[in-house]
Amino acid sequence: MTAEHSHLPAGNASSAGLPAEGDIRIGVYVCHCGSNIAGVVDVAEVARWAAENLRDQGVVVARDYKFMCSSPGQELVTDDIKNLGLNRIVVAACSPHLHENTFRTATARAGLNPYLCELVSIREQDSWVHTDKAAATVKAKAILAGGVERVRRNEPLSPMTVDINPATLVVGGGIAGISATLELADAGFKVYLVEKDASIGGHMAQFDKTFPTLDCAACILTPKMVTAGTHPNVDLLTWSEVEKVEGYVGNFTVTVRKKARYVKEDLCNGCGVCQEKCPKKVLDEVFEAGLGYRKAIYTPFAQAVPRTPVIDRPNCTYFEKGTCKACEKFCETNAIDFTQEDTVLTLEVGNIIIATGYDLFDARKMTQYGYGRLPNVFTSLEFERLSNSAGPTNGAVVLRDGVTEPKSVAIVHCVGSRDRNHNNYCSAICCMQSLKFAHLVKEHTEATIYDFYIDMRTAGKGYDEFYQRILEEGGIFVRGKPAEITDVARTPDEEGKLIIQVEDTLVGQQRRFPVDMVILSSGLEPRADAKELAVRFGISCSFDGWAIEKHPKLDPVATMTEGVFVAGCVSGPKDIPASVAQGAAAAARVLGRIQMKKMNLEPIKATVHAEHCSGCRICNTMCPYNAISFDDVKGVSSINVAMCQGCGTCVAACPAGAISGTGFSDEQVLAQIEGLLRIGADGTPLKRTAYPVAHREEIEEAVRA
Amino acid sequence: MSAQAPVAPAPVEGAAPAATFEPVIIGFTCNWCSYRAADLAGTARTKYPPNVRLIRLMCSGRLDPTFVLKAFAEGADAVLVTGCHPGECHYIEQNYKALRRFQLLQRTIEALGIEPGRFQLVWASAAEGVRLANEIARVTEEVRALGPLNWPAGDIVDIDGVDLDAAWEATGGDAGEPPETPGGVNPDHAAAKLPAAEAAR
Repeated sequence: MTAEHSHLPAGNASSAGLPAEGDIRIGVYVCHCGSNIAGVVDVAEVARWAAENLRDQGVVVARDYKFMCSSPGQELVTDDIKNLGLNRIVVAACSPHLHENTFRTATARAGLNPYLCELVSIREQDSWVHTDKAAATVKAKAILAGGVERVRRNEPLSPMTVDINPATLVVGGGIAGISATLELADAGFKVYLVEKDASIGGHMAQFDKTFPTLDCAACILTPKMVTAGTHPNVDLLTWSEVEKVEGYVGNFTVTVRKKARYVKEDLCNGCGVCQEKCPKKVLDEVFEAGLGYRKAIYTPFAQAVPRTPVIDRPNCTYFEKGTCKACEKFCETNAIDFTQEDTVLTLEVGNIIIATGYDLFDARKMTQYGYGRLPNVFTSLEFERLSNSAGPTNGAVVLRDGVTEPKSVAIVHCVGSRDRNHNNYCSAICCMQSLKFAHLVKEHTEATIYDFYIDMRTAGKGYDEFYQRILEEGGIFVRGKPAEITDVARTPDEEGKLIIQVEDTLVGQQRRFPVDMVILSSGLEPRADAKELAVRFGISCSFDGWAIEKHPKLDPVATMTEGVFVAGCVSGPKDIPASVAQGAAAAARVLGRIQMKKMNLEPIKATVHAEHCSGCRICNTMCPYNAISFDDVKGVSSINVAMCQGCGTCVAACPAGAISGTGFSDEQVLAQIEGLLRIGADGTPLKRTAYPVAHREEIEEAVRA
Repeated sequence: MSAQAPVAPAPVEGAAPAATFEPVIIGFTCNWCSYRAADLAGTARTKYPPNVRLIRLMCSGRLDPTFVLKAFAEGADAVLVTGCHPGECHYIEQNYKALRRFQLLQRTIEALGIEPGRFQLVWASAAEGVRLANEIARVTEEVRALGPLNWPAGDIVDIDGVDLDAAWEATGGDAGEPPETPGGVNPDHAAAKLPAAEAAR
């Protein structure tokens, strides 16, 4: 370290001597970030300018260094704090969202309050977005001056410490949610697993095989489902939805609506006689993708966890006509209860993992492929059910008539993905899913298989090997996105077939392929209610609707909201291994929090200064968290620090200026504006506006006198 | 005062020709959406004009009207307020409050003789780096066309600690004759002395 340190050229430090005013002693550090900043911004000039021009603001030393975030870079700061008696630090480098913590920690190491360190962004907001070097250098100076003016008004703060409730809420019982749940429960902590459907299992429970190993999906999933359902640390809340989330990391209060099942869970032994006796058959649009039937009282599938069925109220004869009660008559444990109502539970948890998964792209939107119009066009999920030995056809791959085995099958990739009319993104799993379908068709039938792809994307362990295997099995691969699927024949051999019209881009020709069956490999989409969900949990989602991670690469399961994590497809299309890994990763992040027992929170809070408060109560209605209350006796408002989220809206609203915002005070922001406007676009001092008052000259004279 | 701002900036003493006028714009961002959009624009190396200088607030709801007036008084040619899209606020609904304040302040600012085009509001989610960059480019071009903010430039550089009221009274106060107002300032603006003076603290 010290050897590195000595490499610092002497010329890199400009000393501006003692500060002119008070005892503010600011150190300024300008980072090169290799060439990321230094390639566009003249960093040495920025440091020199700061030392020379911001001396009156208290700048004692200004340095530039190749990588401020490196150990020697941080040592520059800590050494200067000790040797030069600095009491304020400004680092001009990358976004504070990346390295604010690094430099605050370094500042604290040197014995200075970490909140006396400011990080200003001259990379994301300057060198990376501008090409004009002179203008970018001027802007860097202005940004730095803003930081210097602001840091002068920074106050030493101590973080608020909160206790972490060791219980966790997992939302969504698919493979990602189950994986997170089991990691946490096995570690000995309470988990509430909330699932909106009647059973956990998610999409994976609908699949027959999983790529590339061709493991039976049920065989690997159901043991995990059963463990989650019986684990002493897991409170399984199926047929339930999260309605409201309040509080903050460590101390969330979650309202969950447990929908009426009309079956008492404590009495039901899961014998299934009610389902047998129920006279009402209902088309199963969800689990069987519309290919099979269930009863009005049902569990979605045989291995459902929990085994307790639910009564589908809109389809139940008793609820419809007032008579029937067949299920009640035959239930040996008297578990049926038609009077049951929704219950609302309040859960106290410390952390939340959102694993709500995806919706399948609705293939009806691509009318040219005829799904919903041409009976033998199937979606990927329908095919999953067809090929599943526990599915509606017991695993027979047949046409819509239920008996005819197809002699030729077309599999169309990228349906709704990589398509400007629908979703620009690649759904990541469809190529592999299509290859799996090709194999399954081969396994179940004698059919010829055509695969229509744009590009084959088989990145993953064992994935390309699987592709090679399918090629060897004899699938025919045509590179081209089908333009149309039609039943209008042009030649006798096309009669009665579905014809794929496609430009084979490897041959450079339009071709027509008559087939018996088409499988559309539909892409993945965010849940229809993704945006409402994001608002409910206080996280953000992209334009598409996928949840945004704290960092897409380095923090893929955290969100910007402390204590709320994401796992699986809620943040974008993922295959099963990635979803499982994310579930475990989110659990690991939560376990870390639980292990800490306490956590420091940013002390960004609002406070009412009672002596200035006139009791007007304007602020009272500003707070969406109800953190502001009014004291009738004293006639003033006050803010509950634990409930305050630090948005600062009340600070801006107070007409008396009686509310101050820690970390973003009026003084800090106004000073930063002054600093940012210290120089104009050309780098020369910017002229402040004279106040448009009458008698300006006389006033100026009076001021001079 | 009118919304139809002159396309060519009024000639200002010593000012550069309009073609090379580079405005300085202060942009307020919220910590959760638009600041992250700015970060994303950076990460994706999306280019936009260097005229905007950003300030991070926790929420657009934190935007005190004083901040905007202060920016104009300190020499900004325009102020850009950004935040999460309506309905997507990290603090549930505070951007609606920002929207209300923006609309009121827009009128106040117009009354102060500032073209409305110099005070704009843009929503950008954390994923909309490109959108934010495009909006910054658009606003920069519009402000470039408006020319420099033509509030009179003055030399009062140090009024800290000066009793402005006393100075005002010393000149005869409100009873005094309306003076010549250089720079085409509307005498009505005398009424606006308070916010501007306070902003210039």
